[in-house]
Amino acid sequence: MLDFCLQPFSNAGMVSEEADNNKKQPEEPAPGQTMAGSDGVPMLEVRQIVKSFGPLKANDNVSLSVGSGEIHSLLGENGAGKSTLVKMLYGSLQPDTGEILWQGKPVNITSPSMARQTGIGMVFQHFSLFDSLSVADNILLSLEESFATSDVADKARQLSIDYGLPLNPHSIVGDLSVGERQRVEIVRCLLQNPDLIILDEPTSVLTPQEAENLFETLERLRSEGRSILYISHRLEEVKRMCDRATILRHGKVVGECDPAQETAESLASLMVGTNVNKANRRAAGEIGDPLLEITGANLPAGSPFAIALKNVNLTVRGGEVVGIAGVAGNGQSEFFRLVSGEDVIANADAINIRGTACGSSGINERRSLGAAFVPEERLGHGAIPDLSLSENLLLSRHGSDSAAFLRMGKLGLIRTEITLDATARICEKMDVRKTGEDPDASSLSGGNLQKFIMGRELDRQPSLLIVNQPTWGVDAGAAARIRQAMMDLAQSGCAVLVISQDLDEIFEISDRITVMHDGELSEPIPIEDATYEKIGLLMGGANPGHVLPEVEEHHHDDTTSGGAE
Amino acid sequence: MIRVELVKRPQHSNFYMLMSPFIAFGLTLVFGALIFLALGKNPFTGLYFYFIDPLSQVWSLHELAIKAGPLIMIAAGLCVCYRSNNWNIGAEGQFIVGAIFGSMIPILMPGFQTVLTLPLMLIMAMVGGAIYAGIPALLKARYNANEILTSLMLVYVAQLLLDWLVRGVWRDPQGFAFPGSVRFPPAATLPEMIPSQGDAHYGFLLALVAAIAVWFFLAKTLKGFEVSVLGLSPRAGKFAGFSASAMVFFSFMLSGALAGLAGISEVSGAIGQLREVISPGYGFAAIIVAFLGRLNPLGTIAAGLLLALTYLGGEAAQISLGISDKVVRVFQGMLLFFVLGCDTLVHYKIRIVSRTAEGSAT
Repeated sequence: MLDFCLQPFSNAGMVSEEADNNKKQPEEPAPGQTMAGSDGVPMLEVRQIVKSFGPLKANDNVSLSVGSGEIHSLLGENGAGKSTLVKMLYGSLQPDTGEILWQGKPVNITSPSMARQTGIGMVFQHFSLFDSLSVADNILLSLEESFATSDVADKARQLSIDYGLPLNPHSIVGDLSVGERQRVEIVRCLLQNPDLIILDEPTSVLTPQEAENLFETLERLRSEGRSILYISHRLEEVKRMCDRATILRHGKVVGECDPAQETAESLASLMVGTNVNKANRRAAGEIGDPLLEITGANLPAGSPFAIALKNVNLTVRGGEVVGIAGVAGNGQSEFFRLVSGEDVIANADAINIRGTACGSSGINERRSLGAAFVPEERLGHGAIPDLSLSENLLLSRHGSDSAAFLRMGKLGLIRTEITLDATARICEKMDVRKTGEDPDASSLSGGNLQKFIMGRELDRQPSLLIVNQPTWGVDAGAAARIRQAMMDLAQSGCAVLVISQDLDEIFEISDRITVMHDGELSEPIPIEDATYEKIGLLMGGANPGHVLPEVEEHHHDDTTSGGAE
Repeated sequence: MIRVELVKRPQHSNFYMLMSPFIAFGLTLVFGALIFLALGKNPFTGLYFYFIDPLSQVWSLHELAIKAGPLIMIAAGLCVCYRSNNWNIGAEGQFIVGAIFGSMIPILMPGFQTVLTLPLMLIMAMVGGAIYAGIPALLKARYNANEILTSLMLVYVAQLLLDWLVRGVWRDPQGFAFPGSVRFPPAATLPEMIPSQGDAHYGFLLALVAAIAVWFFLAKTLKGFEVSVLGLSPRAGKFAGFSASAMVFFSFMLSGALAGLAGISEVSGAIGQLREVISPGYGFAAIIVAFLGRLNPLGTIAAGLLLALTYLGGEAAQISLGISDKVVRVFQGMLLFFVLGCDTLVHYKIRIVSRTAEGSAT
C-alpha cells in the first residue's frame, strides 16, 4: 500500500542527482527540447471555456494548452479570470460550456479529489493548513490512504530536501512563516505525484534566494516531464522560467507568447492594456524629526518555534521610507506585533512614537499617537472576510476615530451612515473595485482588498505608517498604486516603515534599508550605498556572531547526505 | 468500502440559510408523526394535541408565556456567548444559582418586605448567575480549560447545592418535612400580568425586554461589534485592540446574569418558593432556542415560543394520549438535530466516495 506513495520519493532521489549536474549549466534544459518529449498530444488542453457569474463573464471563450514538460504561465491582473480558470481545472468550479482535455481525452473534473486522481496538483495562494497540527500531520490529512505519521514525516523530509524546500516535519504549522507554509503546500502537492502542477503566485512570499530554490525545483519537475501551470505577477521570473505564456484580460485570452522574447514592459502592457508606470522616485525630501524610535527592544519568543527579538534599534524620521528586508520567518511577524502593540512589553521606553514612550501601551493608544498599521495577512488579520467593508473600516479605526464613528460616549453607538461614507470615500480614492455598495471583505480580490486596507489607514492621514508585506499577492497595477501611495505619504512628511520580502520593492521605495535576521536588525544602509549583494549577504546572516537559522542547517544536511560536497 | 464526506459549497444560498429553521421544524413534524405512528397513535391527533391544542385556550397561552419567558431570556444571553465563540453550556446551573441568590432575601430576611424587595432580588439573582458563570470564564481565560466541559459540570454542582439547601438549612420549618423553602411573601413575588385571565407573570415581559436590549447591543454598539469580531477572528480582534480574555468574562457573565434573572423570575413568579427542582431543563433547551433563532436575540423570541410549545404539547399529549412525557425531550432533540443538520447542509454538500475506486487511482 505504501509503495504507491513511495514512488515519487524514489523518483525524486534520482532526479535530484541529475539536477545537481544541471546546476552547473542552469540554462541548459532548452524549453523546445523538453516540450518535444511527448508525442505531440498536450498534457492539458482547454477549449473555449465559458464561465459566468450572473451578468459577469469571468471566462469568455478561453482556450489554452499545456504540453508535457512545459512551464506555462498564466498572466493577468487580479480579476482577469485566472482564478476562475484554475478553479475549473482543479474541479472546484464547473464550466458552463467548453471542454477540458487531459492527455487528449475529454475529462469532466467534478471535484478537487478527482483532479488529484487525474494527476493535477495545486498549490494555493491562500494556504489550507491546520495551524495547530504539525507539518507531517497536515500532509497526512491530505493523503487519501492512511500511513504512520513517522513514515510520512520521513518521506516528507526526504522529498522536501530533494526538491530544495527544506522543512522540519515536526514543526507546528502555526509557528511557521508564510514562506515556510508555502513549502508545506508544495511538498504536500508533490507527494501526490501529479503530472500537472498548478502554482498560484508561488514566489510572492519568497526571498530571491528562496525563489531561486523554487525555480530549481520547478526545473527539476520540468525535466521529469511534468507540466506546470504558473500564475504570477512577477514578469521577470515569468520571462526567465516559463516556456510559454497565456495572457488573460477581462476573462478573455488576449495573447499567447514566448515570454523570453518579450520584455517585462511589453508583457505588462498586454496584461493591463496600458503601459504601467513604475512608482515615481521622488526627489530626496526633507527629513524631519524622528517619529518612531525603537531602542534596545527585546521580545521573548512566545512559543517554541517563534523567533525572539533581540536588542532591536531603529529610528524612522518624518519624510523617509525605511525598508526592512529579510528571509521569511526571521522575526518580521514578531517585529510587527512589537511595534504595533499587539504584543506589549514592560519596558515602555523601548518604543517611542512621536516622542511618547508607548512600549507598554496597546495598539489603539499607539494609533491615537498617529501611528497606522497594515499587517501581513489580509484575511483574518487586517480584515475579517465575513464582515462588510464598513465594518472592517471600524476594525482598525474605532479607537483613533471614535469621535467620528461613534456617539453617546461610553455606550458606543456606531454611526453607520458615517462609516458608509468613509468606506465609499476610501474605495474611490484607492480605486477599489467591488460589487455593491458595501460588500463583504471576502468578495474582493486580493489586490482590491489590500488597496482598501491601505486606504483605510491613509484616510486617517497618519504621521507614522508601518506596513508588513504591502503587496503580497497583489497584481501589478494595484502594487504600483500601493507603492506610490506609500511614497507620497513620505513625501508629505510622514514616516513610513515597510517590512517586505520583495527586494525589488524594498529597493524601489526605500530611502534606507535594514535587514532582519534571526530576530536582529542590521544597521540601516542608505539607498545610495545599498546593493543586492550587500543586502543578500545580510539576509543570509553575514554579520559575525549570528546563529544560522534552522533552514540553513537543513541545507547543510541536504548537501552532506546527498554527497554533492 | 464507501465513505461519506462533506464538501464545502463554494457559495451558500441565503434563501436556504433563512429557511433552515422552518425546514427543520417541518422535518421534526414529519418524524414526530412517524414516532406517534410507531407508538400506535394516530399521528394527526398526536400532532394536534402536541402543537395546536395548547394554543386554543387563553389560559394555556398564559402557560406558553410562562415557559417561553425563561427560554427567551437565557437564549438572548447565550447569543452573545456563542457569537463571541465562547461555549457556555451551563446556563442551567447559572439559572439555579441565580434563583438561590435571589431567594436569599425572602428566605434569610423574611421581615424585609418593601417595594425594594423584588428589584433587589432580581439584582441579586443577576449577580449570582454572573458570578457562577465567571467560574468557567476564569478557568478558560486563565488556565485554558475547555469551557464546554467546565460549564456543563458546574450545572450538576448547582443542582446538588440547591437540593442540599432546600432539604437542609433552608427547609421550611412548617413544611411537614417536604423539601422546599418558605413560600415567598407578596412583596417578593413577581406579579401576574393579567390576573383575571391566567398565571403569566412579568417574567415574560422582562424576557422580551432583555431580548430586544441584547439585539440592540449586538447590532448597534461598538461592544456588540467587538463580540462578532472576536467570534469571527481572534487575530483580527487583537489587531483591533480588543481583548479576547476580557470577552470571555464579558460574554459568560452577561449570559450568566440573564440566566440568573430567568431563574429568579421562575422561582418568584411561577413557583413561589425555592424547591429541589425548579427547571425542566430550561438552560439546556435555551441552547436549542439560541440556534433555532439564528443566534439573533429577536429570533430567540419566536424560537422560545416554539420550544415552550413542545413543553406544553408534551403535557397535553401525556394527558390526552397517555404517552410518556419523555417525548418532549425527543421532540426538542429532533428539533436541534435538524436545525444543526440543515445549517450544515446549507454550507456543505454530501459526497459519497467509494474507497475501492479511489485506492486504485492513487
